Amino acid sequence: MIELADVGVVSGGFSLSGVSFHVPRGAYAVLMGRTGSGKTTILEAICGLKRVVAGEIRLAGENVTRLKAAERGIGFVPQDGALFRSMSVREHLEFALEIRGWTRAQRDARVAELAAKVGVEHLLARGVVGLSGGETQRVALGRALSFRPAILCLDEPLSALDDESRQEMIELLKRIQRETGVTALHVTHNRGEAERLADVWLRLEDGAVRDATPGAGGSTNARMQKAE
Amino acid sequence: MSVPSSAKLPEGPRRRVGADWPFYLGLILLGGSYVALILITLLADVAFVAIETIGHGHGDAVRQVLVSEEVWYATKLSVLSSTATTVLSLWVAVPIGYLLSRFKFRGRALLDAILDIPIVLPPLVIGVSLLILFKTGGIVSAWIAERTGIELAMPVEFPYAIPGVILAQFLVAAAFAVRAMRLSFDEIPFRKEEVALTLGCTRGQAFWRVVLPEARGGLLAAATVTWARSLGEFGPVLVFAGATPKRTEVLPTSVFLQFSVGDLIGAVTISLGMVLIAVVVLVVVRVFGHRDLSGRALG
Repeated sequence: MIELADVGVVSGGFSLSGVSFHVPRGAYAVLMGRTGSGKTTILEAICGLKRVVAGEIRLAGENVTRLKAAERGIGFVPQDGALFRSMSVREHLEFALEIRGWTRAQRDARVAELAAKVGVEHLLARGVVGLSGGETQRVALGRALSFRPAILCLDEPLSALDDESRQEMIELLKRIQRETGVTALHVTHNRGEAERLADVWLRLEDGAVRDATPGAGGSTNARMQKAE
Repeated sequence: MSVPSSAKLPEGPRRRVGADWPFYLGLILLGGSYVALILITLLADVAFVAIETIGHGHGDAVRQVLVSEEVWYATKLSVLSSTATTVLSLWVAVPIGYLLSRFKFRGRALLDAILDIPIVLPPLVIGVSLLILFKTGGIVSAWIAERTGIELAMPVEFPYAIPGVILAQFLVAAAFAVRAMRLSFDEIPFRKEEVALTLGCTRGQAFWRVVLPEARGGLLAAATVTWARSLGEFGPVLVFAGATPKRTEVLPTSVFLQFSVGDLIGAVTISLGMVLIAVVVLVVVRVFGHRDLSGRALG
């Protein structure tokens, strides 16, 4: 579960305040809004990359507002992948595990499982320079999921993809979310993505987030809670 | 009402545009003149030595330089001191470059300006200032010794000694290394570090495991610039470390010494030797560095 209560964030000359919304556990939420409305800033605040100046962020009931990004256990998929040029695909998938001190055998097992899940088995030994847009995002997704986070934050993960890769990634995201039960928050300005993926529609307008799930009369969160 | 005249414009005859070749010619002439100047300057050195040795039978002057113990000592000292300076420079250039690239803080502009001082200051002034620093240091430590009885001493001798050669080179070359590292860090998106943080890294881990490996090309470039700069450093070394043969004489000093006694052939021979050393080092670094980089990045 992701819960924001009256959150205020300042980022350079840009600021948001009084942001409140909530995404039920296991739901796929899509946060939409115009370019420059602050969608990414909200995502960064949740991930611990932007300092929160007011309010509270709770993940699975725990107040994480003052925790470091590394302590929040959120899988983050940034816009253009932001892959590490000095690492192979395999090293991407095991990076978080190595940091956590997993043994070689544990890492190998997890990498094999992950690579199959996101469909990059044939790329494991490769470097990341020259990967296609779709491949890049699969690696970024695998890297974010590697340490089995309960929450996945995606910042316009499909914006740089061609139509075909986009469809594939949408299927992949749906399948992975179903299989892992991860709570996802996906930022986009593309309505089509929201239609295909969202359990919960959130709309950021004039600095406020409101629930815009179609046909739920604005009470999606309540509906989802009942469904749990 | 008549049809507005602008409506007729697209119907007119096809507009002719001028040729593009004058533009390209301009590019080639302006750029080419500089490249040509570099090349003919080097070629003139080679031609001069060739004419003097073969044409005028002055081979002895060249031979004298090549067997001179002083010149060989200077060569060794130049290569070793430049290498030491490069290593030291990277140790300060990496943290300062990273700091300037990643953080906005009070006094950042001032820090930036301070780092320009070694680049814009006349080299001789840097040498003189270093001498004065150690003189003043001597006065201060004598004063302290007089008052407290505590004898402060430098672990090594700097002025007119080899550590002085390295310090003089370092003071200038490190500023160039800082510039190069900063540019290199600027090119690495901060997003990557942020991703590393969400994956469980501390700032330090994100730096060592993600940023620095990615800056390997930049490190190589910074090292190359620093090394070449140190090899050619003359003014500060001469003033601060002196020109004692087989002690603090480096190759630029050798060129100057030969020149000052009117031995033009010797000066040019040593100069060509420096060009050769620089070229060999640059090629080795390129080849070695390229293999090192492409092996991983492109798999």
